[in-house]
Amino acid sequence: MLLIHCPHCGPRNADEFSFGGELVPRPGPDSEPESWRDYLYTKENLAGWEREQWFHLSGCRRFLEVERHTITNEIHSVRDVTKGTA
Amino acid sequence: MPVQPGEVIDRSDIRRFAWNGRHVSGFGGDTVASALAASGVSVFSRSFKYHRPRGILTADHHDPNLFVQVGDEPNVRAGHRLVEEAMVVEAQNAWPSLRFDLRSANRLVGRFLTPGFYYKTFMGPRPLRPLYQRVLRRFGAGGTVGDGATQVHSQKRYAHPDVLVAGGGPAGMAAAIAAAATGARVLLVEENHQLGGHLRYAGDATLGLVAELRDVVAATDNIEVLTDAVVAGRYDHNWVAIVHRDGAREQLIKARVKCLVVAAGTIERPFVFEGNDLPGVMLSGAALRLTNLWAVAPGSRAVVVTANESGDSVVERLERSGVAVAEVVDLRTTGRRLVRARGRQRVEEVEVAGGRRIEADLLVTAVGWTTATSLLNMAGDRPIYHPPAARFLPGSLPDDVMATGGIVGDGSPDQIIAHGRAVGTEAGRRALRRASQLAQLTPRALAPSPAPAGEAAAIPRLEPADHPEIFAGPTDGFVDFSEDIRGKDLALAAAEGYDSIELSKRYTTATMGPIQGKLEAVNAIAIHAAATGATIAGTGTTTWRPPYAPVTLGALAGGDDDPVRRSPIHDWHVEHGATPLLAGQWIRPDHYGDPSAEVRNTRSNVGIVDVSPLGKIDLRGADVSKLLEFVLINRWSELAIGRVRYGAMCAEDGVVLDDGITARLAEDRYYMTTTSSGAGRVWNWLDEWLQTFFPRWDVRMTAVTDGYAAINVAGPASRRLLERLVEGVDLARDAFGYMHARPGTVAGVADCILLRIGFTGELSFELHVPAGFGLHVWKSLLDAGADLGVAPFGIEAQRIMRLEKGHLIVGQDTDGLTKAHAAALGWAVKTDKPDFAGRPELVWEGESGPERMLVAVQPADPQLVPPEAGQIVDGARIVGRITSSRMSPTLKRGVCLALVDAELARPGTSLAIRLPDGSNAVARVMEHHAHFDPEGERLRG
Repeated sequence: MLLIHCPHCGPRNADEFSFGGELVPRPGPDSEPESWRDYLYTKENLAGWEREQWFHLSGCRRFLEVERHTITNEIHSVRDVTKGTA
Repeated sequence: MPVQPGEVIDRSDIRRFAWNGRHVSGFGGDTVASALAASGVSVFSRSFKYHRPRGILTADHHDPNLFVQVGDEPNVRAGHRLVEEAMVVEAQNAWPSLRFDLRSANRLVGRFLTPGFYYKTFMGPRPLRPLYQRVLRRFGAGGTVGDGATQVHSQKRYAHPDVLVAGGGPAGMAAAIAAAATGARVLLVEENHQLGGHLRYAGDATLGLVAELRDVVAATDNIEVLTDAVVAGRYDHNWVAIVHRDGAREQLIKARVKCLVVAAGTIERPFVFEGNDLPGVMLSGAALRLTNLWAVAPGSRAVVVTANESGDSVVERLERSGVAVAEVVDLRTTGRRLVRARGRQRVEEVEVAGGRRIEADLLVTAVGWTTATSLLNMAGDRPIYHPPAARFLPGSLPDDVMATGGIVGDGSPDQIIAHGRAVGTEAGRRALRRASQLAQLTPRALAPSPAPAGEAAAIPRLEPADHPEIFAGPTDGFVDFSEDIRGKDLALAAAEGYDSIELSKRYTTATMGPIQGKLEAVNAIAIHAAATGATIAGTGTTTWRPPYAPVTLGALAGGDDDPVRRSPIHDWHVEHGATPLLAGQWIRPDHYGDPSAEVRNTRSNVGIVDVSPLGKIDLRGADVSKLLEFVLINRWSELAIGRVRYGAMCAEDGVVLDDGITARLAEDRYYMTTTSSGAGRVWNWLDEWLQTFFPRWDVRMTAVTDGYAAINVAGPASRRLLERLVEGVDLARDAFGYMHARPGTVAGVADCILLRIGFTGELSFELHVPAGFGLHVWKSLLDAGADLGVAPFGIEAQRIMRLEKGHLIVGQDTDGLTKAHAAALGWAVKTDKPDFAGRPELVWEGESGPERMLVAVQPADPQLVPPEAGQIVDGARIVGRITSSRMSPTLKRGVCLALVDAELARPGTSLAIRLPDGSNAVARVMEHHAHFDPEGERLRG
């Protein structure tokens, strides 16, 4: 089981989190069907460093952006998605 | 045998037990196998395919020949399980008896039972397959789970050691002691019943050393010792599974380990030659364990085949135990060879090079070691074959995994202990450094202490000793004892084209039995390599995956501790005879005896239902209406204070997520209800949008599901009932209309929320009251309305009434593909809003029309209630299904909702519903979803 260091709660087991998949920007509401379908269903499925979303469901309930290596499961950085936007 | 210096038995503790109906006895500390061996038993089981007699091979947990039935518990490992008074032990896989097994006739046709035999033989004709299955099952191995088998629940345990040492031999104990000395908290896990590893039985000289190490371990406060426990797997970020055994009971321990030290040692390899599976043929470790630990003489006249010190010490040990050693075949000397063993129920004669035959009832082999590298493989290591030592050695390990002991190399006990000590010191240092890193990653008021200083500990070399590469003799024998696979089977697989070891494994099933390759993997690789003309290093190993040792399902399941949620009115329901209904985590009253009567009373008088599990979300802030506008498909910007609106929520793919009502209670205060099962999902969904997309919006959200009890008061007399209890709210039709909300006081309870909504289709008021007063309000309603005929109704009556009214339930009448238009919510989709969750999909669904449609359906036969999920068919084609169906007590006929192909959704369309008996029933699509009161006069009343 992965150990994810939540910036608010510290290192916690992955089963406290819910996985949100790789981060894909949401296209505008009037986007072409192709780009909307890409957003919904097409994933890069990278073998390497990936930016993905995790939700600390059983902890602080914050949505986090995690950089994880999909082969080794190393975790590079974890930050709150709203950091820098507030 | 007389008392032995290292014996683990308590001769004053005599334990009587049964073996195949016979009375036998052993001592406390005896395993089932050692006690039976002491009683003269040599045949313990019959083999998997050929039903050959089998006896002790390794005399420990990994012995493939010692699987027995103990009472109702199958597949007990007799080489490991300790004897208990009155245990009932029986042989498995033998019929009618262990001595005379009819199925050993398989031996006569053995040349037909080649690899792939089952695939090649039992494929056709297809109608015979059930027969094959019945017959083959009888011939299969394994015990039986008895009817009286007890269900064992043991709670899982979570452990957080700094250092976990897997293996309690000399290196493991030394590592644990040294790691503890650095200040680390240590968990030491040993598979056997005592610490000590091979030094427990290697000879009398080192017994003092073992005792000393054990004493230090026991005296060290920060070492926790688990014996009879095994590290079953190592997972990401050093998450480690440990199985702690106690007879039939096993506990699973999950540990997050800062540094894992693998001191798993080596496993002795069997030798492949003709007759190598006869009872009386055993490994040197088995002979040493039997004599030293349990004081059992393994035979009376022995031949010892040796290529190493272990074999040499067996010769000395047997002679000292009074076993005659008739011949020593030293394989390190050229020309000395073992040819075969002969015998029927046990070894009788051993043939060596030159055709010489030696009479013997015991043949001990010592031909090499396999390193127990499973845990290293699970940590990503690829062990490397080292030909001079004839074994695999660790490759490169991650920083948080270290290895010591026989897995690394050989040496005198002092050298091994010195290596273990150095590894333990370094493991402690790494663990404390890791602890400091983790502390740095945890936000705290006070700064954590800095990482401990200090250089990495110097770890001495532990060189693997040279050992000849000996795997198979000049004749062929068994490679995999669990699966009855011989060398020639592996050669045949290679000849048939299975030229990769991974393919050969799957085709022949070698290493796939209960022992999982521990004894046989390297022999299989060597024989496969020889057959394909490759080297062992080039052939490589198959992949070791968790678990290293078997884990019972009971240990994996753990205890039954799912949380159960109860409304504040729960006890009243129980006292008044409610039939409980488990809905998600909630226990709810399904009905109080007669749901139809509850419906009739509510439709004609007044009923109350406990709807406390409804999800409830309190939303405050200036931007709440913007949030609602975004997550709900309909319009929210102009909702007046005191008004309530129905809203549906869709995911980004347009599929309906949830529905409910939202009330505006004040300028910046809204109150949302969700379905009971959707409460958590909706909460998370709103949070996701607020955090990831609209972090600057002023919205404060609080989940208050448990903060309010909710009671729906429904029926024509509901207003008259509430007029007696409500203060401060004018309940008159014109003052408090349908789809309005009011704060108010109910039965003296302030801060209640009153909502005029109507899931049941009746005039109804939903009261959300502070949870602590839920029971008080519930009882007050019943007391105040006795003359009005007030009575409780349950979930079933509510479901009937909502179906009569045609109100959908998300998840019941919709599925994971149902978008808003298909759910007949097209009227709510406001595509003129610039953006909302799921908008593009719903625009497209609206333009192209939904593929399916939710419609109300009535069977032509009014008495018919087609089952939910019943198919709607058009000839052989499935064109829809019934999503909800009930007998309506109000209309006295069956009523349904159904999802049908869009072209069948027109009112008046005739449908064919397939019934469970195979016949079709005729039904009609209705004009309105509401079977009852389509104009909604009652709920507006």
